[in-house]
Amino acid sequence: MINQREVLETNAMIEKENLDVRTITMGISLLDCIDGDLNKLNDNIYKKIYDSAKDLVSVGDYIAKEYGVPIVNKRISVTPIGLVGGAACKTPSDFATIARTLDKVAKDIGVNIIGGYSALVSKGMTKADELLIRSIPEALSTTECVCSSVNVGSTKTGINMDAVKLMGEIIKETALATKENDSIGCSKLVVLCNAPDDNPFMAGAFHGVTEADRIINVGVSGPGVVKTALEKVRGEDFETLCETIKKTAFKVTRVGQLVAKEASKRLGVPFGIVDLSLAPTPAVGDSVADILCEIGLERAGAPGTTAALALLNDQVKKGGVMASSYVGGLSGAFIPVSEDQGMIDSVKDGALTLEKLEAMTCVCSVGLDMIAIPGDTKDTTISGIIADEMAIGMVNQKTTAVRIIPVIGKGVGEQAVFGGLFGYAPIMPVNTFSCDAFINRGGRIPAPIHSFKN
Amino acid sequence: MKKIIITVVGKDTVGIIAKVCAYLAERKINILDISQTIVSGYFNMMMIVDMTASDVHFSEMCDELDKVGEEMGVSIKCQKEEIFDMMHRI
Repeated sequence: MINQREVLETNAMIEKENLDVRTITMGISLLDCIDGDLNKLNDNIYKKIYDSAKDLVSVGDYIAKEYGVPIVNKRISVTPIGLVGGAACKTPSDFATIARTLDKVAKDIGVNIIGGYSALVSKGMTKADELLIRSIPEALSTTECVCSSVNVGSTKTGINMDAVKLMGEIIKETALATKENDSIGCSKLVVLCNAPDDNPFMAGAFHGVTEADRIINVGVSGPGVVKTALEKVRGEDFETLCETIKKTAFKVTRVGQLVAKEASKRLGVPFGIVDLSLAPTPAVGDSVADILCEIGLERAGAPGTTAALALLNDQVKKGGVMASSYVGGLSGAFIPVSEDQGMIDSVKDGALTLEKLEAMTCVCSVGLDMIAIPGDTKDTTISGIIADEMAIGMVNQKTTAVRIIPVIGKGVGEQAVFGGLFGYAPIMPVNTFSCDAFINRGGRIPAPIHSFKN
Repeated sequence: MKKIIITVVGKDTVGIIAKVCAYLAERKINILDISQTIVSGYFNMMMIVDMTASDVHFSEMCDELDKVGEEMGVSIKCQKEEIFDMMHRI
């Protein structure tokens, strides 16, 4: 039988160390909503999502009460709209009406965010994909809950540099369209390489075409729990350190597995995956950077950071994989800047630069995340940053992403404030040497070779 | 069996166990196990109870025990057993 020590340990994790289930995300296929008439398409989308997810919030809240563990977000991901809207949408503004439908249904159901305003263009863009991408600034400036993502590369296809160039312009336009609010539109827009089909985390979540009609994916969190566990093994060797992270990740993931199975049962929707990510929030003690410090760095960004993060990321996966029957999504450690107080402090102290962050993305899940840069950064420079990050993902067969915010009207030394889970970010300097000629070439970077590995 | 773990934490005072037990008896909730410690004046109790025979709904029980706790200045938390089983047993 369960003993008092175990009960106290679990409850201390929840109450003192910010253990929570970060999100229950319902994936919904919209392929059966496709219609040539735009109004009909919007009606179909609203109805399908509403009917599928109307109980998501109440079921999530009830599970949270029964087990005494917070479930922070309830979200929805849908089939990439670039695939759904092609028959009905002839202009970018046509696509933006779908974004507003998604926004309305998300608000009516009461979910926090809806993702899937997306295009998959890793090898080429269809007309519909291009229209969707061009509609992103309007879509994100006229909605609140909609998140957008564009997959511009993969290990199998290479990198679509036309799309990379376009995304540099679109990110800038989105920043301009939301300049009154520190360009917050860009915090809901992510550019991906090797995007997974079953990711429950925003802004990159969409419901892949290889998925079932509806699915429940759960993202766990718990940087604070790992940090506290590591405080008890200060000064011990790497073996002890790694074992401690593994055991903690196991426990955290088990909670995610329980919540996912329960939500799946009560909603009558199949269980997809648990995403084992350490996802920080701006709350004190809920920081991945603090774990890196606990491992032995004065600040995140100090020499040794990439090694420490590689170790952390790997141990989280090793501990978590056994705890869940199906693991998927992004699974690893997130290193957003604005959403992690420890990262913010590192940037302010000059310990962490954009270049070091890029190195860190080679060994962790995702990539350059929630980074504020000067508003006058050139479009091509943004495209260059994207291209670098996509190349890391393509060559290393991993998911990488760029969610970067050129804050219009602000420069280095100032800060952008997004509020809520998005937090705030000091504006980081960007290398200003030009990459115009490189970005303007046009075409694709071929897929990398996978033999001769050495 | 519908096993629930009840934890009571707060400053020690007379009659905490009595009041919680009186409520459980009234609601036909059976106590399977109790363990309790006091560390520097702080009361810490864990109960494992079975609510199979009870006519009260889980969320109602949570709210009512909340009130019982409030009256004594302690915090009472109810959770289904599975979360602990999942976390601490393979």
